Amino acid sequence: MIPMKRETGRILTAISLLVLCLLVYWAERNLDPYLRRILNLIAINIIWAVSFNLIYGYTGQYTLGHAGFIAIGAYAAALLTLAPAEKQSMFLLDPCIWPLNSIQWPFGPSLILGAFLAAIAGFLIAFPALKLRGDYMAIVTLGFSEILRVIIINTQSITNGALGLKAIPAHTNLFWSWGWAVFTIFVVRMLGNSSYGRAFKAIRSDEIAAATTGVSVFRHKLIAFVIASMFAGIGGGLLANLMSTIDPLAFQTVLSTQVTTIVVLGGVGSITGSILSSVIYISLFELLRPIDQPMKLAFLTIPGRPGMRLMLSAMIFLGVILFYQKGIMGSKEFSWPWLFSKLQPVLKKRTTEQDT
Amino acid sequence: MTWNLFLQHLANGISLGGLYALIAIGYTIVYGVLRLINFAHGDIFMMGAYIAFYGVALFLLPWYVSFPLAIVVAAILGMIIERAAYRPLRDAPRVSVLMSAIAVSILLQNIGFVLFGGVPKAFPRPSLFAQVWNLGGVAVLSLTFYTVLISAALLVAMAYLVYRTKVGRAMRAVSWDFEIAKLMGININHVISLTFAIGSVLAVAGSIMWSMKFPQLLPLMGVTPGLKCFIAAVVGGIGSVPGAVLGGFILGLGEVMIVAFLPGLSGFKYAFAYSALILVLLLKPRGLLGKMAEEKA
Amino acid sequence: MSGSKRWVTLVTLVTITALLLSGCAPSATPTPQVVEKLITKEVVKLVTPTPAPTAPPVPLPDVIHLGTYLAMTGANAALGQQVYEGVSLALKQHPQVLGKTIKLTLVDNRSDKTEAAVAVSRLIEAEKVIGIVGTSGSSLAIPGAEVAEKAGIPVVFTTPTNPLVTSGKKWSFRVCFIDPFQGSVVAKYAFEKLGVKTAAVIQDVAQDYSVGLASFFRDAFTTLTKDKKTIVSFTSYQTGDTDFSAQLTHAISKNPDMIFTTGYYGEAALLIRQARELGYKGIIMGGDALDAPELIKIAGPAADGVLFSTHYHPQGATNPTAKAFVEDYKKEYGKEANAFAALGYDAYLVLTAAIEKAGSVQPEAIRQALEATKNFEGVSGTITLDANHNAIKDAVIKGVKNGAFVYLDTVPAQ
Repeated sequence: MIPMKRETGRILTAISLLVLCLLVYWAERNLDPYLRRILNLIAINIIWAVSFNLIYGYTGQYTLGHAGFIAIGAYAAALLTLAPAEKQSMFLLDPCIWPLNSIQWPFGPSLILGAFLAAIAGFLIAFPALKLRGDYMAIVTLGFSEILRVIIINTQSITNGALGLKAIPAHTNLFWSWGWAVFTIFVVRMLGNSSYGRAFKAIRSDEIAAATTGVSVFRHKLIAFVIASMFAGIGGGLLANLMSTIDPLAFQTVLSTQVTTIVVLGGVGSITGSILSSVIYISLFELLRPIDQPMKLAFLTIPGRPGMRLMLSAMIFLGVILFYQKGIMGSKEFSWPWLFSKLQPVLKKRTTEQDT
Repeated sequence: MTWNLFLQHLANGISLGGLYALIAIGYTIVYGVLRLINFAHGDIFMMGAYIAFYGVALFLLPWYVSFPLAIVVAAILGMIIERAAYRPLRDAPRVSVLMSAIAVSILLQNIGFVLFGGVPKAFPRPSLFAQVWNLGGVAVLSLTFYTVLISAALLVAMAYLVYRTKVGRAMRAVSWDFEIAKLMGININHVISLTFAIGSVLAVAGSIMWSMKFPQLLPLMGVTPGLKCFIAAVVGGIGSVPGAVLGGFILGLGEVMIVAFLPGLSGFKYAFAYSALILVLLLKPRGLLGKMAEEKA
Repeated sequence: MSGSKRWVTLVTLVTITALLLSGCAPSATPTPQVVEKLITKEVVKLVTPTPAPTAPPVPLPDVIHLGTYLAMTGANAALGQQVYEGVSLALKQHPQVLGKTIKLTLVDNRSDKTEAAVAVSRLIEAEKVIGIVGTSGSSLAIPGAEVAEKAGIPVVFTTPTNPLVTSGKKWSFRVCFIDPFQGSVVAKYAFEKLGVKTAAVIQDVAQDYSVGLASFFRDAFTTLTKDKKTIVSFTSYQTGDTDFSAQLTHAISKNPDMIFTTGYYGEAALLIRQARELGYKGIIMGGDALDAPELIKIAGPAADGVLFSTHYHPQGATNPTAKAFVEDYKKEYGKEANAFAALGYDAYLVLTAAIEKAGSVQPEAIRQALEATKNFEGVSGTITLDANHNAIKDAVIKGVKNGAFVYLDTVPAQ
């Protein structure tokens, strides 16, 4: 590791953020809707993965309830940004309740409110859930997520039940999604580097020992959980305004499993890993589509069967878990000194070659 | 609600509960020994049903050959899964094995899609099980009777195995403490393989009877029963076989009774299982009959 | 904090805020549009002018690219695969339009909404299709319709019956009738032809199709009987449920003349079986989601006597196209055709007919040709699209007798 001043690192980060800004601007103007959609999805998954990592990677609690918070954020943002006229025509079974049927908010405040509601839900759920251990917590959070979904299906005057919401204004663009992704990474990173972060790591290694050193275990777990649910909600709101339509079937346990898969593949506890893994997972999924169709490999024709793509991705996932448990990044993070230490031999070699 | 109506609901509940109980037992013994929520349990359930179906439909075997054959194949499948996906992770953090179980579950489901297709298949219902008996105004399928009978028989067999045989003692030892059991000369790998085999046998016995009652086969058919039965096992006290049976019946009866007494809430039926779970975990975390040792730090 | 540190942190924060706020500015949409094919081997230039029928004629490409997105895996795979069977048969029999070969790309939407939107997006952007045969399942149709609407590519939907799929859209069409009509069909038939005075409804609360149809039926029925209380029981289950004993016991205890179940055939088959096991002897009716041979296979002898509204029956096939379809389907797949396959077939035909009529591959021209679809002879009946792009078609009442589907009646379109 090259010793590097903290400031240099910060300057480099600022520069790369500016570069990202320019890239997003270029992409938003020039790429076709299909690619933009994929890039938006990647950003949203990054938000989900990083927030999940906060609970699982940093504090070691395993939750399967992310889908529930995503749903809350999605429905809140959708209901608030939808035009009243649309709500009138859409709520075929039970008319939409007041005040939702007459208000329409801009995107930003709707997202914030959705996040806030998700955070409250996270708070309420955390109380019972965090008292339980490992596997039990997983099942209880899964339970809450499913109960929430059933409630959504049955409260037709608020959510339109199984009919779902459509014609949600498509506010989400690359600025919003990547902006929030960067913000999420920033917040989680800051948390991780603070005294909270050290407390989290202590809790993750050994709860009882951490408690004896005066760390308020429950309070810290709660904070992590609430913040994570908040970001999950933001991701949900972004999703709703990207898809333009949501319904309860979109928020089943499969969604939580997907987030978990991405985090594990990237390396639990590594934000960099979650980012890389989101990019790889979503892109790979798209790139692997041709497998479902008949493929011609030289002179062989492999008949395509729908489902092969998912089977293959499940096998890859299994392979990673069995043979490469640490995931892509393990629990290491990207940092500027690390990058330069990798580049140094290359730079050195070139200068020595020039000498001779 | 008339007395007759109530009895009908009760019969329905017992019928459903018996099935849940059978599958829950499989979950609970695997968890008891390995501390693993075997998410793939529901998919072994599904595979077994399809194997039984193809035995009859494709290979034209009579049902009393095809069904036991499916059970045997499923036991082997369970052992293979354990060997391939769980054993290598024995020393890894608990959650890795959980992830592996989820991955195996997804894999099996999609293998199901690729091999069997998404169109539902009709499971055969031999006439022995298809009689409808009318017991004093209450309609009961003969299958229900056999389900309860077979569940009871399997329960007795399990109890005998666990409490009266050497193998059972080994299983109980392993469920208490791996390391000490190893020191005592118990072959951990054999015991665990056996546990999985037994669990799979129970799952597929359950799934065959389930498919005779609900004769529709789909690659995703194991997901919901799997999850519900795991909840049943937890409610009853995970690791305890009587607990799994109790949990199964509570769940089955509860689901039926909720709709019976509050038909307006029938859409929420699904949430009953989870609500029961959360309540139990909050009030009695070890489950109703649970007696698991406190987790060591 | 030291000066430079503060400065750098400030820049970082400003950048993030800038990213977020610029999201508020309206994003530039790529202006139309000279679209060049990059991915596939054939290089085709498609010019899409803004709606102007007086655009100069363009030479036709060598291959006409069409797409279809269906649920081939996931919870709706059963129906998706049936629709696909119809579509592929149509492709096999009609592989050309405007004298050029058709390349049909199938994209699986995995029964997932997000995937549905991505699937259509992919078809339009990557495969550069000029028309799409849409999926079954309203909840999968709607996201796809939204994407196609923004991109200006016509989609002809096969089986979704929720009104929201086409309402307010220029580019979405469907070859099936919609649920308000279907609900009233069943209500009328039950009330007038079967003399039903009281009914119990059991719906699948997790499927928008089911919920919508149940609601429309209830409205229609109570209007006919002029008494809200004639719906004596209204209960729900969820997709994937296998035990309906509680809902059925409740319904049966009220002694209805008829039980109307609006779910898909998988659950319905089990429900029907359990209803008979519980001793219910009255009429059982369902919607078009019951129209699949698996209903009879799974429900067994209990299926006898069940009635449902649907889109077509081979016996009701009055035109030569329909009759030929019945034969061809049996020859190709070795089983009886069902409504979903028939509608898949028809959607493909309607789309290609519109392309033929428009004489061009310009989406706007195709769209206009689609709007003018009148008295089209499809295998599922005569199709005329109304102002909302929904098909005005007769409904057919089918029943099950001796383990086979029988044609009972035709209820004319209103």
